[in-house]
Amino acid sequence: MAFEIEYTNIGGISGPLIFVQGVRGVGLGEIVEIRDGSTLRVGQTLEVDEDKAVVQVFEGTSGLALEGMRVAFVGSALEVPVDRAMLGRVFDGLGRPIDGFPQVISELRMNVNGLPVNPWSREYPRDFIQTGISAIDGMNTLIRGQKLPIFSGSGMPHNLIAAQIARQAMILTEEEEFTVIFAAMGVKFDVARFFIDSLEESGVLTHSAIFLSLADAPSIERLITPRVALTLAEHLAFEEGMHVLVILTDMTNYCESLRELSSSRGEIPSRKGYPGYLYSDLASIYERAGRLKGYNGSITQMPMLSMPSDDISHPVPDLTGYITEGQIVLERELFNKGIYPPIAGLPSLSRLMKDGIGEGRTRGDHAQVAAQLFASYAKVKRIRSLAAIVGEEELSQLDKVYLSFGENFEEHFLAQGEHENRTIEQTLEIGWKMLSLLPQEELYRICREDIQRYYMSEENLECRI
Amino acid sequence: MEGLIRGKVVSVNGPIVKAVGMKGVRMFDIAEVGPDRLIGEVIRLLGKIALIQVYEDNTGLKPGDEVLSEGRPLSVLLGPGLISSIYDGIQRPLVGIAEKCGSYIDKGIKLSALDTEKRWELKPLAESGAQVREGTVVGEIQESQLITHKIIVPHGISGVLTSIVEAGGYTIEDVIYTVDTAAGPYEGKMAGYWPVRSPRPVKVKKNPHIPLVTGQRIIDTFFPIARGGTAAIPGGFGTGKTMTQHALAKWCNADIIVYIGCGERGNEMTDVLTEFPNLIDERNGRPLIERTVMIANTSNMPVPAREVSIYTGVTIAEYYRDMGHSVAVMADSTSRWAEALRELSSRLGDMPAEEGFPPYLATRLAEFYERAGLVETLSGPDGDITIIGAVSPPGGDFSEPVTQHTSRFVRCFWALDKILADARHYPSISWIDSYTEYLHDIEDWWKDLDSQWLTVRNAAINILLEDNRLQQLVKLVGADALPVTQQFTLYVAEMIKNAFLQQNSFDAIDKYCSPEKQLKLLKTILTLYEKGMILVQAGLDIKDITERPLVSEMVRLKSEIPNKETERIDAYSEGLLKELESLKELLLGV
Repeated sequence: MAFEIEYTNIGGISGPLIFVQGVRGVGLGEIVEIRDGSTLRVGQTLEVDEDKAVVQVFEGTSGLALEGMRVAFVGSALEVPVDRAMLGRVFDGLGRPIDGFPQVISELRMNVNGLPVNPWSREYPRDFIQTGISAIDGMNTLIRGQKLPIFSGSGMPHNLIAAQIARQAMILTEEEEFTVIFAAMGVKFDVARFFIDSLEESGVLTHSAIFLSLADAPSIERLITPRVALTLAEHLAFEEGMHVLVILTDMTNYCESLRELSSSRGEIPSRKGYPGYLYSDLASIYERAGRLKGYNGSITQMPMLSMPSDDISHPVPDLTGYITEGQIVLERELFNKGIYPPIAGLPSLSRLMKDGIGEGRTRGDHAQVAAQLFASYAKVKRIRSLAAIVGEEELSQLDKVYLSFGENFEEHFLAQGEHENRTIEQTLEIGWKMLSLLPQEELYRICREDIQRYYMSEENLECRI
Repeated sequence: MEGLIRGKVVSVNGPIVKAVGMKGVRMFDIAEVGPDRLIGEVIRLLGKIALIQVYEDNTGLKPGDEVLSEGRPLSVLLGPGLISSIYDGIQRPLVGIAEKCGSYIDKGIKLSALDTEKRWELKPLAESGAQVREGTVVGEIQESQLITHKIIVPHGISGVLTSIVEAGGYTIEDVIYTVDTAAGPYEGKMAGYWPVRSPRPVKVKKNPHIPLVTGQRIIDTFFPIARGGTAAIPGGFGTGKTMTQHALAKWCNADIIVYIGCGERGNEMTDVLTEFPNLIDERNGRPLIERTVMIANTSNMPVPAREVSIYTGVTIAEYYRDMGHSVAVMADSTSRWAEALRELSSRLGDMPAEEGFPPYLATRLAEFYERAGLVETLSGPDGDITIIGAVSPPGGDFSEPVTQHTSRFVRCFWALDKILADARHYPSISWIDSYTEYLHDIEDWWKDLDSQWLTVRNAAINILLEDNRLQQLVKLVGADALPVTQQFTLYVAEMIKNAFLQQNSFDAIDKYCSPEKQLKLLKTILTLYEKGMILVQAGLDIKDITERPLVSEMVRLKSEIPNKETERIDAYSEGLLKELESLKELLLGV
C-alpha cells in the first residue's frame, strides 16, 4: 500500500451503504477506509461496477455527508490478527481491544470469512461433553465439535444455562486445553457483564476471549462480530490444538442486521422481510464448527437466539434448526412452573447424540433410556391435554400413573440447581428412577437385559407407584 | 470448440458477473473468470452482455478482469472410477482437493474428476469390422466387485468399428476403439463428457412395476415406491429427513446409489463417508461404499454450485442407468436447491413469484423429477432411476411453494410428522398424510409373495384411519368413555404403531426388515385384531387380552427375530391363536 487513491465522489448514502463513483479497479469484498474529518470507519464492497462501487460501512453511516468524505480501497478482504495472546482480552465487534490494553501484536492475520471446509476433511464428532445438566447430558447430549443452539424467548434464562455449560463443561478437561470465546451481538450491557462476571468467578476468564458489539453499537458491525470470533476460534482449535466453545448471542439480532442491510440494498425479500440468502449466510457461520482430520482441536458452537413471541417457526430459529445439529428449546410453560433449566422435553434434540453415547462413551443403556424417556414424556403430554378437557378424575389408572411420572420427571430429572453439576451416571440413575414409576410393559423401547439390570434393581423397585 | 472466446468483466454482484466481448458464447457454456480462472456458467445473454454465475467464492474479482470460454457447456466427466468417489457440485473430487490444499477448499482449484492414470482391466466385447451405433456395448470393466461398467458407443456416433484394443489394462485417456462415421473417423475412449442440463437419450420410457425394496416397513408395506419412481420426503427440521434418506441409501435394493448432499450439513456427509465403507450389505457381503457415488455441496460451499449439484448427480445416475443398472438418487435437500435458484434469480432482478421464488421453479422441479423412470436403454437392457428428494419446508408448513410444486411431480409423498419425531417415533412418516400412487403398479410383485398382500395392507391402514378418527373423540371424552370394541381398535392401532411402523435404524436386526418378515409381522397383528375383536364383542374384558404376557411380547418381535428366521413369527402366531382360543373357553366357561 505504497499509495492509495482516495475518492471523494460519493453518489449517495442509504442506510449502512454508500455509493462511490468514478472508481477504478476495485474488487468484490475489498476493504474500504472511510475518513470523515479525523474519524476512520471501515467498510467492504458489496457490488462493483466499471465505475462505481457499493460499500457497506460496518460502523454505520450516521454523521456522514456526501461532501467531505474520503474513501480509499485498501485491497484484500477483511483480515484480523489472531493469536493466543488474545485470550483474556475484551474486544469490540470488529476485533479491536476495548479493555484499555494495547492492540495485540501478531504476524498472523486471517480473512474473517474463512474458507469452506472440505467435507472430506471433516472428522465426525463423537466425543461426549459432560455439561452436568441432566436434560442435556441425558436426552440431548452435547458433542465436541457440535453446533447446538439454544432457542429461547424473552425473559427466559438462556444466559444462565449457557454460563452454567461454559463453567461445568470446562472442569472435566484436565490434560487438554479448553477455551471459551464469547461473541455478543446487539445484547444489552448487563448481559455481557453477566457473562464476564460468570467466567471470572469460575476462573476461566483468563482463557477466554470476548467480542462485544453491544446494543448501542452500529447494527452493521454485528455482521462481522461472529466471523471475527470464529476466525480466532479456528486458529486456536486447528493451529493451537485447543477445544474451543464459542457462544454466540443473540443470533436474532444478527439476522435483523442482515435484514436491514438487505433492505437498504433493495433486495427482494423472502419470509418476514429477511433476505432469500439468510440460510446460506447463517450456514457460513454455523458450519465453521466441527473437527478436522489430523487436528486435535475442536470448535463447539452454542449460538443463542430469542424466538420472537416464542414462535419456533419464525425464520431465524427455523433456518437455524435446519443447519445446526439439533437444538435446545426453552419452554415457557416449564419456566412459569419455576423449573430451571426449562429445557423442553420434546422439541429439543441433539443429532450427534447417537454416535457419542453408549458403551465406552457414556453407558450402554443411555440410548434406550433416552428414547424411552422421550416416548413416555410424549405420552404424558397427550394425557395432560386430555385431562385438561375431561378432568383428571376421568382418566384411567394407567394414565394417572403417567401423570405422576410426568410431574416427577420435570421436578427431579429436568430441574436442577444452577450450580449443580451431575455426572452422567447420576443423570442415568435419576432417569431409571423415573422409569421405575411406570409398569414394566410400558418400557417397550428398552431391551430385556437392561430392564433386568436396572429396572429390577432393589432401589428402583421401591419407586413403583 | 470454435476456439477461445475472450471477454472482460464489467460488474460483479455476489456470484453474478457481467461480462462483455463474449461474442459467440452460448447459453450454459462454461466460462473461466478472473485471474484465478474461477469456473462459471453463462446463464443469460443480453445484447453485448453475458451474465455468468460463478461457482466459487469470487471475492476480489474486479471489473476489467478477463473471462475465457471454450464454448463448451457445463459437463460432467463420465467413465470408470465414479463409484466410491465424492465430488463437489461441479464434479471436482473432494479427496483430490484435500490432498492438494488441505482441510479447506481453495479458490480456482482444478482437478480431473476421474483418475487419469489408473489402469482398468478392459474386456472388449466387439470385433473390428462390426457395424456399431449409439448404444452398442464395445467392452466392459469390473469397476467394483458389484458394478460391471460397460463401455458404450456414445450418442450420435454410428458406423463401422475400424479397430478395438485387445483385453488388458487401459487408462481413461487411451483410445480404445475407432469408428468410421459419416462425419469422419471417431476415437472412442472409456470416458467422455456429457452436459449436465440435458437428459441422456433412451430408447423408450416404460411404466415402473417392480418395487424398490427398502427394508423400511412403513415404506415397503404402506407407501411403496417403484423402481424408476419418484418420491418426496417433506419435513420440518428435526423430523428425520436425512436419517430416512440415509436408511434408504443403506438398505434399498438399487444397484447404485447417488447421494447428493445439496446445501446441507458438512457433518452429515462426513457421517456417510465414515459409515458407508464400514457397513456391509447383507445381500452381497460388500461394503456399501462400493455402490455409492457422493455429491457434497454443503451449505457453506458456494451457492451456485449447489444449484448445479443435483444435475451433476442425476447425470451420473443416467450414465449408469444406460448400462442397465438400477440407480437410486437421494437428493437432500431439494429446498436448498430451490433457494439457490431464488438467490440467483433475485440477483438477476427477476420478478419473483410466490415467497420470492422465481416463476420457473415449478418447471425446473418438473424437469428434474422427469429424469427418473424405468427405461429401455439404447444398449438394450432395461435400466431405471428412482429419485427420492427431501424437502425442507420453512416452519414445517407444507403449503409453501417448494413442497406444493414437488407434490405435483412426484408420485410418492412421505410426509414427516413433527409429533411423531418429538416422541422419537422413527421413521416419522405420517400414515395419515402420506400417499403413494404405485400401489397398483407393483401389486403383482407382492402378490407373488403372498396373494393377500393388498388386503392385509389395507386392513392395517383402515385400523389406523379409524384410530385417527377415534382419537378426536378421545380428546373430548377420554378413551374410557368409548365402547369396548373401539377401545380395542385403539389398542391394536397402538400395536401397529409400536410393533410395526416404528423401526430402529441403528438396531442390528431391526434396521432392515425383509418383505417376508414385514408381511408376517403385520399378519400377526391383524390376527390379534380379528380374533381379539370377536372375544371383545362377546363380552371379554380387554385387559384379559392385553395383559397376556404373550400379547405384550408382540412389540419385541421386530427386534428379536432376524430376517432369516421368520418361521419364529409363524410359531409365535400359532401360540397367539392358541392363547386366544383358550380365552374363548374362559369366556364360555363363565
